[in-house]
Amino acid sequence: MKPFARFSPGDATSYVQVAPLAVIFALFLVVPIATIIVVSFWDYDEFRILPDFIWDNYLYLLTSKVTLATYVNTVKYAALVWALTFSIGFTVAYFLAFHVRTQTWQIVLFVLCTIPFWTSNIIRMISWIPFLGRNGLLNSTLVHLGVVDEPLEFLLFSDFAVVLAFVHLYTLFMVVPIFNSMMRIDRSLIEAAVDAGASGWQVIRNVILPLTKPGIGIGSIFVVTLVMGDFITVRLMSGGQSSSVGIAMSNEIALLQYPAAAANAVVLLIVVLLMVAAMLRVVDVRKEL
Amino acid sequence: MDREGRSPGFYMLAAFFVLFLLFLYGPISTIVILSFQGPDGGLTFPMNGASTHWFANLFERQAVGDFGGSFSRSIRLGLVVMAVTLVVSVSAGLAFRRPFRGSTFLFYLAIASLIVPSILVSLGIGLMFNILEWETNWYGSALGAHLTWTLPFGLLIMFAVFNRFNKAYEEAARDLGATPGQTFRHVVLPIIAPSLIGVALFGFTLSYDEFARSLMTSGSFNTLPLEIYGMTTNVTTPVLYALGTLTTGFSLMVVLLCLVASLVLQRRRRRHGSDAGRGV
Repeated sequence: MKPFARFSPGDATSYVQVAPLAVIFALFLVVPIATIIVVSFWDYDEFRILPDFIWDNYLYLLTSKVTLATYVNTVKYAALVWALTFSIGFTVAYFLAFHVRTQTWQIVLFVLCTIPFWTSNIIRMISWIPFLGRNGLLNSTLVHLGVVDEPLEFLLFSDFAVVLAFVHLYTLFMVVPIFNSMMRIDRSLIEAAVDAGASGWQVIRNVILPLTKPGIGIGSIFVVTLVMGDFITVRLMSGGQSSSVGIAMSNEIALLQYPAAAANAVVLLIVVLLMVAAMLRVVDVRKEL
Repeated sequence: MDREGRSPGFYMLAAFFVLFLLFLYGPISTIVILSFQGPDGGLTFPMNGASTHWFANLFERQAVGDFGGSFSRSIRLGLVVMAVTLVVSVSAGLAFRRPFRGSTFLFYLAIASLIVPSILVSLGIGLMFNILEWETNWYGSALGAHLTWTLPFGLLIMFAVFNRFNKAYEEAARDLGATPGQTFRHVVLPIIAPSLIGVALFGFTLSYDEFARSLMTSGSFNTLPLEIYGMTTNVTTPVLYALGTLTTGFSLMVVLLCLVASLVLQRRRRRHGSDAGRGV
């Protein structure tokens, strides 16, 4: 991996080539985040935001019971979605990498898994409505079969729907890096394990799983950060009945309480960075790049 | 993993995989079917006749906001994001092949750009424009917001490409007297071209479908995802599904186009790739 090399005497060409990237990140990432941090200390009234240096936004945020409940709910989503996307993603990647025998089929099936990624997330969420709704396909089938007497209410606009939509949207972020890691595993290692008497399950646990850790790490970082920062999935799929940090922020934005939203954003950013740092301690993803 | 017969595990995994594909494609298929509801049909089954009524409805301006305008804005924005992502990623990818001071910092900045929640980027850019008293608009602030999402993907693809790139080709070109410009144009570019299609696909589709990063940055004119979101709160007819069918179909067309283009490029390369031993 080249970018980690140490300093070498100024190479003007490199700087010219990398300048556009640096300028875009500076203008649209660094300055905006800095703006959020500055504004989180500002004051506001109903109409505008007022430059100031006060801690009130943080004090209010950190002493409110709602904040804790919101974070607990968001972390709950993240944990559930992580566990599900990991289990499904690992199984799918394992099937593709070790049980599909020809490369052509591997590519075809892999592409089939990735295509939905290129389509609209919002449409993919909406597409659950005719399936899960009160008169949806699932309910009418269940009632028709006599499994339940009345349509199940918890299917749509519930935590169940939120988690289902997240898993639907983000399992791919697990499949791709895990599949990538699995394809790099030297097949002779597996043969050696089998020859040494390992069962299929032992091969997965003691050979494949440890060697796929970097891929799992990358997938986990994607899934956890996407869920932690989400608000649209939770809002749409819970029908506005569940809260998340993102929803709290977007409510404050809608009320033009920008400094409050900014303080919320800073806390969220710190929490997300801590979670990523924790995941990086468990797995070193750098060698995967 | 035995070469002869399939283990029972294989069939279980294959069944799981099929279920996974059903899970991925099932819901969107129901939407496509329901978008052809008859004029009196509702949001769920049963089908009340079949018609293209809701597609026609979509193009009547007053009925559902500004579908045409937001669609065209999203396409134009996607194309600009695609072009900028391509040029900037390739250029930066070239720079990262040699060590330079600050490369590690810039690399982590790109990773940070992936990790920072989209709503923060949206809020930050919105606030920045607000304080500077600039108007947010889809071709300025939203463009920047989208680039913070597409560029890291473009850059990571370029890293993967250049890590596998054999420098001998460039050295050969240089030895034969090619200028750096000629080497890039005639040697490097043709070799990396198939991967660039991938970068372009990321650039276009991620921008075309982006919601959170557009929310506070696109100003008074909606992009398509914002328009769709607006519709979810106030539209209760299958016109929503018609829109879903159209935009999904459009995305699939783009993906297909890219797949075909990359297959064609690979085939061409296989045919023209090497003239070793042909005595030319």
